[in-house]
Amino acid sequence: MADRIVSTKSSQKGRSPLKLNARLYVGLSIISVFILGSFILPFFTDVDPAAQGTYLKNMPLSAKHLLGTNSLGQDIFWFLVFSIRNSLLIGLGASFGITLISTFLGMSAGYIGGWYERIVVLFIDTFITIPVLPILIVLGALVRGNTSFAIVAAILIVFGWAWNARTIRSMVLSLREREFINMARFSGAGTFDIIYKEVFPHVYAYMVVGFINTILFAINTEAALAVIGLSKIQVPTLGSIIFWALNYNALMIGQTAWIVAPIVATVLLFLGLFLTSTGYNELFAERRGVA
Amino acid sequence: MKLAQYVLQRFATYLAVLFIGLTITFFLPRFMPGDPINNYISQIQARAGQTLSPEAVEQIRNSLAELYGLKGNLFTQYVGFLNRVILHFDFGPSFTNYPEKVSTILLRALPYTVGLLLTTTALSWIIGNLIGLVAGYYNKRAGATVLELLGIVLYPIPYYILAISVLIVLAFWLQIFPISPTFLPGEFTWEKFKQILYNSILPALTLVLAGFGWNILSMKSLAVSTKEEPFVQFARLKGVPNWNRMTGYVFRNALLPQVTALILSLGTIFNGALLTEMIFSYPGVGLLMRTAAGAGDYNLLYGSITLSIIAVATAAFILDLIYPLFDPRIRLGR
Repeated sequence: MADRIVSTKSSQKGRSPLKLNARLYVGLSIISVFILGSFILPFFTDVDPAAQGTYLKNMPLSAKHLLGTNSLGQDIFWFLVFSIRNSLLIGLGASFGITLISTFLGMSAGYIGGWYERIVVLFIDTFITIPVLPILIVLGALVRGNTSFAIVAAILIVFGWAWNARTIRSMVLSLREREFINMARFSGAGTFDIIYKEVFPHVYAYMVVGFINTILFAINTEAALAVIGLSKIQVPTLGSIIFWALNYNALMIGQTAWIVAPIVATVLLFLGLFLTSTGYNELFAERRGVA
Repeated sequence: MKLAQYVLQRFATYLAVLFIGLTITFFLPRFMPGDPINNYISQIQARAGQTLSPEAVEQIRNSLAELYGLKGNLFTQYVGFLNRVILHFDFGPSFTNYPEKVSTILLRALPYTVGLLLTTTALSWIIGNLIGLVAGYYNKRAGATVLELLGIVLYPIPYYILAISVLIVLAFWLQIFPISPTFLPGEFTWEKFKQILYNSILPALTLVLAGFGWNILSMKSLAVSTKEEPFVQFARLKGVPNWNRMTGYVFRNALLPQVTALILSLGTIFNGALLTEMIFSYPGVGLLMRTAAGAGDYNLLYGSITLSIIAVATAAFILDLIYPLFDPRIRLGR
């Protein structure tokens, strides 16, 4: 559910700028709380949240254990904090790679055209059409968690670049017909120069939006794999915490916080990311006059 | 003949997508670290308490290589794979359900997945677009903001979160629906049909809700911009009633991008359906995939993945073929 973001520039007709800033404002506040909280808080604990049996099992919520402890003797609050941090890290890493690759492929295909473009478009179509999850499930079953987080991110990059590349290519296709590009070409600028100096500044606005959407995609995909037990489930992520909670029937044994807390955190984080990306999209569209 | 050209072009893309998709599923696992056969043998050995003789291990290794189609060099393996999969739809026997063929197991699960997906995709597309249309057409009213908020909140929520939330609220707290569904085998009777329907409501609800968000948001923004177009204003001045303007003018024109978007998101929708099946233990292809992955049944796993790729690519191709019905520019060759 990555990047099918509503991006028509006409969508803000009749929407006041106040409302537009509200979206961005709310989104950015949510994200900053998550980022600051999950990256700073770990410095205040010296207990490994993933180590089992650190505390008594199944303790209720208290001042010492804000969300109680789970059936594995882990503190749910600290496990959640580390989960959010790890999920954000994998999201940022994968999104960085995807943004680089998709921007390069999208811009070059859109501008150069010809056979090169056809081949790139064919791969874009393929990677958008084929369902990614089944392939990730095979890979997950083959490596069975014997993998590093970097490899998980690399796999996400391999299967996640197509949506952004498609959007950027279509943006560049319309840019290519503009007067200022012809102007640059007739002035003797080389292909690389034109892409870098004339096309890229217009694409840049979308890159920010695409980058945020891709973080969403990456966190979501890794978590989905973890929930069904096929990612590195020993490492706390927003998916693995739910995997363990489901595995130990958290609801049946009255451990409501164990399963509800990650759900609330995921929904809030994703809402924050989504609001930020649409907020930015509209802000940039308004400023530049291109969506 | 623009139509013929369009169909040919789509068909070529369809073949290419199938080819590239199957090629990836063939090669990618072979580039991954670790050898599935070694993994499998170490599992067997762990169960047998390390009592297997080296000769027995070698024998198992050989027969597994035979079964997986891992004999010969990469190229012969690849040709053999394409030949078996495309011409014969043969993935060998399942390991967990031994002599039963993978294709039989898959064909038994397929109707559940197809039934669930078709119903929920259609429902969420139609209802979501209607909500979006109303929200966009009356975008100055307060109610429209409420509908848009619904879309904003639903859109970024991932499938597995929706599935678990639906489970917690409707099956655990309110106890209206069963926590884990029962699908009895046997004769297909009216009773059984009702049972399937009842047990499918939760996964269906999840998929419909998950599809809502994007349909609402996208349709809303399309409707807002379309209703400002001169031809809609002209219709209004001509005295075309509100309902007709909304459906015949605004919706008719916003329909095309929405169909295109549906085609593009089929893969994502399918992913979501697989996850939902796994979480609800709904007996479709997704659940098969999960059990196969858990039990190391690679034949079944490969079969279900190949089937998924073929199914999604074919669904996209069929929608591509229907598309000219909505778009007169292609149908009439402009």
